[in-house]
Amino acid sequence: MNILVCVKQVPDTTEIKIDPVTNTLIRAGVPSIVNPFDGYALEVAVRLKEAVGGKVTVMSMGPEQAKAALKECLSVGADQAYLISDRAFGGSDTLATSYVLSVALKAVEEKERAPFDLIFCGKQAIDGDTGQVGPELAEHLGYAQITYASDVIMEDGMLQVKRESDEGYDYITAELPAVITIVKTPFEPRYATIRSKMAANKAVIPTLTAADMPIDTSRCGLKGSPTKVKKTYTPVREKHGIKIEGKPADEAARELVGLLSDAKIM
Amino acid sequence: MVNYRHATEEQKELAMGARKILEKELLPKIAEYEEADGGLGQYPLDVHYKLAEAGYYAMNIPEEWGGLGFDIVTEGVIAEEMAKIDAGFTMGFHNCGSYFHFILDTKMSDEEKAKWAQRFLSGDARGSFCVTEAGAGSDAAAMRTTAVKDGDEWVINGTKCFISMAPVSNFFVVAAWTDKTKKVSEGVTFFLVEKERGVKIGKKENKMGLHLNETAEVIFEDVRVPADHVIGEEGKGFIISMQEISMEGRTLGATFALGIAQAALDYAIEYAKTRRQFGKRIIDQQGIGFKLADMQARTEACRSMIFEGLTCLRDGIPIGYLPNMIKMYTSDCTMQTTMDAVQVYGGYGYMKDYPVERLMRNAKIFQIFSGTNEIQHKNIMKAMAGRDPERK
Repeated sequence: MNILVCVKQVPDTTEIKIDPVTNTLIRAGVPSIVNPFDGYALEVAVRLKEAVGGKVTVMSMGPEQAKAALKECLSVGADQAYLISDRAFGGSDTLATSYVLSVALKAVEEKERAPFDLIFCGKQAIDGDTGQVGPELAEHLGYAQITYASDVIMEDGMLQVKRESDEGYDYITAELPAVITIVKTPFEPRYATIRSKMAANKAVIPTLTAADMPIDTSRCGLKGSPTKVKKTYTPVREKHGIKIEGKPADEAARELVGLLSDAKIM
Repeated sequence: MVNYRHATEEQKELAMGARKILEKELLPKIAEYEEADGGLGQYPLDVHYKLAEAGYYAMNIPEEWGGLGFDIVTEGVIAEEMAKIDAGFTMGFHNCGSYFHFILDTKMSDEEKAKWAQRFLSGDARGSFCVTEAGAGSDAAAMRTTAVKDGDEWVINGTKCFISMAPVSNFFVVAAWTDKTKKVSEGVTFFLVEKERGVKIGKKENKMGLHLNETAEVIFEDVRVPADHVIGEEGKGFIISMQEISMEGRTLGATFALGIAQAALDYAIEYAKTRRQFGKRIIDQQGIGFKLADMQARTEACRSMIFEGLTCLRDGIPIGYLPNMIKMYTSDCTMQTTMDAVQVYGGYGYMKDYPVERLMRNAKIFQIFSGTNEIQHKNIMKAMAGRDPERK
């Protein structure tokens, strides 16, 4: 099976602090990491490859530094990596990004002379948190899409996907090719080994630019992005509410109903 | 973050890789392992195997035996980063896996040695170094363990004490008298002894610190080993082995203490930036700020000294008694720095809920083991006075 995993290099948001005066993110000195959901997606892809055979390619759109994220992916099971990078792509919103990725994907397929059977994305990136790129990519490609999956297996040539829902899990089957977005999995991504890290450091990662693919640059970058960011701000933390603590459940429930009816909510 | 400035990008990356594993697998459970076994502590074998799978165990095994063949500087960069999480675990993990060169010094066949290499690389071979006895600490010549030749075998009798990692080890590198009529440099031989040959583990010690590094008595009662289990030459192993242990062991061992000191410093700075008294952060109060400056200067000095030593050892440059100075100075500095960190934390620092309490308990032993700091003074003094012709 020929699998593609789309990854994004993001600032480690657990390390980010907010400037108390300007209310903006302090980005200086914040390490970059592979978006954790993309890490889960890669682990699912590598497990699938180990089960049915095949190859896992990782692809990232971003600046030259994003190669570090791709190398990290190579150290935990990806077989090859492509960086998609061009000044024309800078400032892309989700629509433009997914368009670039869809064209780049076809360019990689042509280069490798092998179509992808399955495309994985993380459910969302932890910096933008939009969750849009995966589904948009599927639309650009005209492929089936399954979002919020936590495990994927192949059975009798059919894809079996465990999908998280509010009520529990759905089990969905799909024909290939398909785009799947992955949530936090019940298993942890594997650790890189010393040998795999050293091999990844030596790997040559090809870069594809706008010139390497038949792309409409008016649909890329800032000018191809209908999203406009008007303002960013930190939401004010309000400490409202009443906590009923340290009481048995039935007593607490009675007290809660009393409070809600007093407030004419119930 | 790797603090050694000359570390290569690859060394930094490998060190951070080990740290990442420990942050996830060990850090949340340290208190649990500290209190395990009725408070005696426990070495987490699950974490041991996680790191071994990632290739961090026995990293010095030469490439021709299937290992990574890492040099001592690389080992030091990784060890400091790991020791910031827990020095007891790190020391155990490192030392247990560092004895393959003793296997190479035996007369076993190459096939046997290759099997040992594989056992190391999988994390399965764990060794303890057995010299100390109840009446023989710094004065190793006072030891009483003997090995007597009986046909093609040696019969070992004696009891070793304070043996690090003995409860989780499955082989032992044991010093024993093979000729008591001679002096220690001619009458003592080292043996490789597998646990299944009848080695008994005695009382597990209840220590002040390093709870993740289990320590116990090791008892040899008529334990028989084949002749090919002699390490080096009969009667000649002692000096060679002790020199090697004291040079590389002390210098690399100092990185474990350095990790404690840097962790104590990092925690203290972080705390002093957050804690406010009298309307300002305590890091801005001179009494605390100056203390932190001293802690940082001492830690930087130790690191410079340690990596100077490690780099020379890697490059084959003789360093005389520098390892003794490194061991002595780093352990004293680390003790002071951890005490200062507890002081910066104030009352909270004395509580087990905060990490600096453990760091202070872990620091103390570094002034004692691997030759007390008093013995290190004596050796340095001897060398300065020109009374040691072997090392200058």
